[in-house]
Amino acid sequence: MKELSNSVAIVGVDESDEIGKLPDVSLTSLHLQAVHNAVADAGLKISDVDGIFTAGQHSPAMLGEALGITPRYVDGTSVGGCSFIMMVGHAVAALHHGLCDVAVISHGESGRSGTGVTRARDTSLSGQYEMPYGFGGAPTYFGMITTRHMHEYGTTLEDWARVAVSTRAWAGLNPKAMFQDPITVEDVLNSPKLFYPFNLLNICLVTDAGGAVVLTSLERARDLKKAPVRVLGAGEAHTHRMISQMPDLTQTAAAISGKLAFERSGLTHADIDVAEIYDSFTITVLLTLESLGFCAKGEGGAFVANQRTAPGGDFPMNTQGGALSYTHPGMFGIFTVIEGVRQVRGECGPRQVPDARVALCNGTGGVLSSTGTIILGRD
Amino acid sequence: MTRPSALPPLPRPYQDTAAYWEAAREHRFIIQKCRDCGEYQFYPRGVCSHCLGSALDWEEASGRAEVYSFSVNYRAPHPGFAEATPFVLALVTLAEGPRMMTNIVDCDPESVRIGMAVTVTFDDVTEEVTLPKFRPA
Repeated sequence: MKELSNSVAIVGVDESDEIGKLPDVSLTSLHLQAVHNAVADAGLKISDVDGIFTAGQHSPAMLGEALGITPRYVDGTSVGGCSFIMMVGHAVAALHHGLCDVAVISHGESGRSGTGVTRARDTSLSGQYEMPYGFGGAPTYFGMITTRHMHEYGTTLEDWARVAVSTRAWAGLNPKAMFQDPITVEDVLNSPKLFYPFNLLNICLVTDAGGAVVLTSLERARDLKKAPVRVLGAGEAHTHRMISQMPDLTQTAAAISGKLAFERSGLTHADIDVAEIYDSFTITVLLTLESLGFCAKGEGGAFVANQRTAPGGDFPMNTQGGALSYTHPGMFGIFTVIEGVRQVRGECGPRQVPDARVALCNGTGGVLSSTGTIILGRD
Repeated sequence: MTRPSALPPLPRPYQDTAAYWEAAREHRFIIQKCRDCGEYQFYPRGVCSHCLGSALDWEEASGRAEVYSFSVNYRAPHPGFAEATPFVLALVTLAEGPRMMTNIVDCDPESVRIGMAVTVTFDDVTEEVTLPKFRPA
């Protein structure tokens, strides 16, 4: 990995022109705006792009056609919202070996408005063994995961709520965040009860948004507009697809992908200055911190106590306001990378973590099915 | 569970799963056992998930299980669940070993606990479709 991280860099990141409730902007437009903006952030042109990486409703072919690009490298890995984080590792390998020169990882999703979206999806097995029992979207599954964690480790509703509170505090520093007003643990506990053991404020947003990340060789990166950000480590894994097949409801594949990313980077937990953890639900964050080894299994609640993950705390996490308060079109992974890069570049304004040199980004996909972990650092 | 006026999403069996749903319609709860390695599996598949062997037998399961985890749904995910809401969506570990998703019925949703012993019961959703569900043992 050392060899790879010495040869490739992230050079551009950005969201679509707007994020939030955008009924007039199609999924395709969200993609194209994000790619356009990220390529401009890098100081490159669309015609420079020859590697396309995307997951979700649009295949790389659809995106290539829309961008007017004939790529010589494509990746359509689709294992949920973490796919885009995995693709950072894939792009590093492809660029290192000269399979493409400029890689774009793109995500666009009209998750809230459904503009330009086909709703159909494959439900053959889930359609037989899950849907008839009342699958109510991801919250029903993550509710079961939360119940199990509470049973095994005595975690409390207050523990989960603290994650929502610290994340909202960060969102208050991000003008792009959908919800910016501060909340308290009591607000979370008093929010509508939809799925035991969850209240509404434990659940991520559903928005319309696009995001893109551009990578190229480190050599070329050093001549571009902004300081290159290096991918020091990357790891990926998946353990199951349907939740009934999940080996252990309280451990995610981050135990594998995180270990790989740390090993490949040669860094330790103490080296991480800022963590961007896909917060589909408050439970996801605590399980991920445990699975990544920031704390022991079952100690996630204690780990996030005293708002140490909030602005000014000693473990800055989800600094753009996360999927809980900033944006979440459905597959959030790309936004953890965008924020990780911005923090390492030092361009986050009021929410900048002082002297953030190393960022860890972790995404989860499916029903805690798959994870991608990357560690980013300055050149 | 009260019969809803709208139907919930119904299973659409195919070759690997047809026998399971036919048995359920006759109020029998069957799962697959591998003749080669002796392991049980759920959901039904064309090959064994343990050894990839193809010699799979259908066995009448005991119908006994234990609640592994659950969530109580206070909002109907689909009009077909409106009258049944709140309801319990659960993962249960069958006495034979595999885990499956189901509903815990015939009890107060808020009385369900992890580790609770449950037993299979059959919900005739339509004339063609019966869902195996579980109730307190």
